[in-house]
Amino acid sequence: MATKKTTEKSNISADELLKYYRDMLLIRRFEEKAGQLYGMGLIGGFCHLYIGQEAVVVGLEAAAKDGDKRITSYRDHGHMLVCGMDPKGVMAELTGRSGGYSKGKGGSMHMFSREKHFYGGHGIVGAQVPLGAGLAFSDRYKGNDNVTFTYFGDGAANQGQVYETYNMAQLWNLPVIFVIENNQYAMGTSTKRSTKSPNLWERGAAYGIKGEMVDGMDVLAVKAAAEKAIAACRAGDGPYILEMMTYRYRGHSMSDPAKYRTREEVEKMRSERDAIERVRELLLTGGLASDDDLKAIDKEIKAIVNEAAEFSKDSPEPALSELWTDIYA
Amino acid sequence: MATQILMPALSPTMEEGTLAKWLVKEGDVVKSGQILAEIETDKATMEFEAVDEGIVGKLLVEAGTEGVKVNTPIAVLVEEGESAEAAPAPKAVPAPVAAPVAATPVAAVAAAPVAEVIPATPDWPEGTPMKSMTVREALREAMAEEMRGNPNVFLMGEEVGEYQGAYKISQGLLDEFGARRVIDTPITEIGFAGIAVGAAWGGLNPIVEFMTFNFAMQAIDHLINSAAKTNYMSGGQLPCPIVFRGPNGAAARVGAQHSQCYAAWYSHIPGLKVVMPYSAADAKGLLKSAIRDPSPVVFLENEILYGRTFEVPDVADFTVPIGKARIARPGKDVTIVSFGIGMTYALEAAERLAKDGIEAEVVDLRTIRPMDTAAILASVRKTNRLVTVEEGFPQSSVGNFITSVVMEQAFDDLDAPVINLCGKDVPMPYAANLEKLALVTTDEVVAAVKKVTYR
Repeated sequence: MATKKTTEKSNISADELLKYYRDMLLIRRFEEKAGQLYGMGLIGGFCHLYIGQEAVVVGLEAAAKDGDKRITSYRDHGHMLVCGMDPKGVMAELTGRSGGYSKGKGGSMHMFSREKHFYGGHGIVGAQVPLGAGLAFSDRYKGNDNVTFTYFGDGAANQGQVYETYNMAQLWNLPVIFVIENNQYAMGTSTKRSTKSPNLWERGAAYGIKGEMVDGMDVLAVKAAAEKAIAACRAGDGPYILEMMTYRYRGHSMSDPAKYRTREEVEKMRSERDAIERVRELLLTGGLASDDDLKAIDKEIKAIVNEAAEFSKDSPEPALSELWTDIYA
Repeated sequence: MATQILMPALSPTMEEGTLAKWLVKEGDVVKSGQILAEIETDKATMEFEAVDEGIVGKLLVEAGTEGVKVNTPIAVLVEEGESAEAAPAPKAVPAPVAAPVAATPVAAVAAAPVAEVIPATPDWPEGTPMKSMTVREALREAMAEEMRGNPNVFLMGEEVGEYQGAYKISQGLLDEFGARRVIDTPITEIGFAGIAVGAAWGGLNPIVEFMTFNFAMQAIDHLINSAAKTNYMSGGQLPCPIVFRGPNGAAARVGAQHSQCYAAWYSHIPGLKVVMPYSAADAKGLLKSAIRDPSPVVFLENEILYGRTFEVPDVADFTVPIGKARIARPGKDVTIVSFGIGMTYALEAAERLAKDGIEAEVVDLRTIRPMDTAAILASVRKTNRLVTVEEGFPQSSVGNFITSVVMEQAFDDLDAPVINLCGKDVPMPYAANLEKLALVTTDEVVAAVKKVTYR
């Protein structure tokens, strides 16, 4: 895939890099735990893991400020963890318990936090794209300089409503950053089999929207691109498209036999391009952290994830009366 | 040979208009395609062209005449040397009683629209000052008042701004509120419906106008999956205060894709409120309530009702609560439940039945969801008979649901099987005679009532 070179490490402080390392690791360990709990029957239904794509959301969030909004598809756990939502509440929602963000009524694909400006968690492929533009519309209407990150995948990129949204977002200069998480497979259909225009970000040009392709396995490249896009949007020069070239290591959902790609392909990606390993290397070779430092972080993350898992098992199921609440506001 | 020029119908539902201005005078030679007159409908001023060529023999209707019925002769076109008095009445025209070629303007007999008076259980105290207004004006007034009161209310849709509304519901709103709050969208229903839902989550109060609800089919995913369900899915964190409004149901002669009632469709969905007013007072009061409601409201209007005039309370901030039916006409022999334009047939039938000694109680549902089943049950317990009237398709109709409620909760009170009158189970035909056959009629309501009252 066409990608940019890794950002020069000299611009980055140790604290920053360590934060990205910690955030990405939290997602990965959390998702691994979710996979385990799914296998144990504690999580039901659909469960789409973010493993492999961590650098995308961590890089974007590194450039965000308070008040910025985010919205995504059903592969949403990573987005929630990095925008500051409590891992306990996220995991308890996965197990369908009252301590979950939606009191157990939403599940893996439908979680929200008004406090953290996380607007879901949407299960209809592509639907979050106009919804995200609408959030941006509300900020523009109010006259503030917040932006909205609207994430969608390479699969959603073929939905018509994406282009209806592009048209209006550009027409009204909405402060929305369209983040295409191109993990190269829409469930089992590779981008090569779904379109002859492989550069998805270029489709924005038809509407006059600026954009670029970014190495989504490199958190620093993601952050740099995000800063540029955010600056444009805050200056009233939105929208902006960022196509993140990334890869998911796990199946589309937990029930994916993954016959559409080889084990070797996945292995190659993991061993050569892994986003967490890349930052680990930078930290160690740059002398910004020691092996022991990183081990301490690993331990800290493990504790957070275990605590979330325990909470998600101990939290009671929602009261039966909850069936009838929240239908109307 | 002399020919009559008739008042044209310039929209599918136009019944009458104002002959604003003549652009020709008697004795002028006109060519085919030449503009003869300007005609104002309740929606727009339109130019009216000559179809044939000839000499204007006589202008039958003076410029400025209001309420000229469609198909009224407005001028006579003659050939050279011919007299205007010789014009025959075209066959298809329901010929006015007054001689069509008389010098008196025919329109003089067309009275101003008569306001329908809704007497029973009003939503306002007795003695409240009233004013006559059309449903169209009522809807516009409701939006304008709410926009004045809440800066976060805005209107979005196709042609709502510069065009002043495809059906002129938003006329004047752009002038008053500006392009920031009256937003013309491209033709892109799923896109702007989704954007509006997102804007509602972002703290605004959008009013989304669909040019007709037929086009909302393109956007229905956002009405149901995004707007209606998210409050529940978020454990109550993300309510969606939004109104989706526009004309719904059959207009006139617009064919199958533009003639469908969606009341039953949307009423199926928990999380949505569904409102379908009949009178101008309800249109105004309910739309204001819908805009203030924290939940998504589907507000189903009707193109044919837009131009009808009713009495509306002339008070500050008049609202009607969502979820409350109204006894539009009290009676003791049979209950007729209807809503929206169906009320036209229900009320007409009740009037006719009264002459036969049958006192029908007509219940105007006004809100389809949440439904005021208590009002229906109370009426059925009094009359012991029920007929429902709607224009939608029969299978899984609103009437079917009402029937199930009555069966479960008032079975012992029924003295006859319930009859659900609906539109016919066919796509709407275009031909005038077939279209008439496809819609529910007053005759059918009368016949159904006679059946359940065993008369």
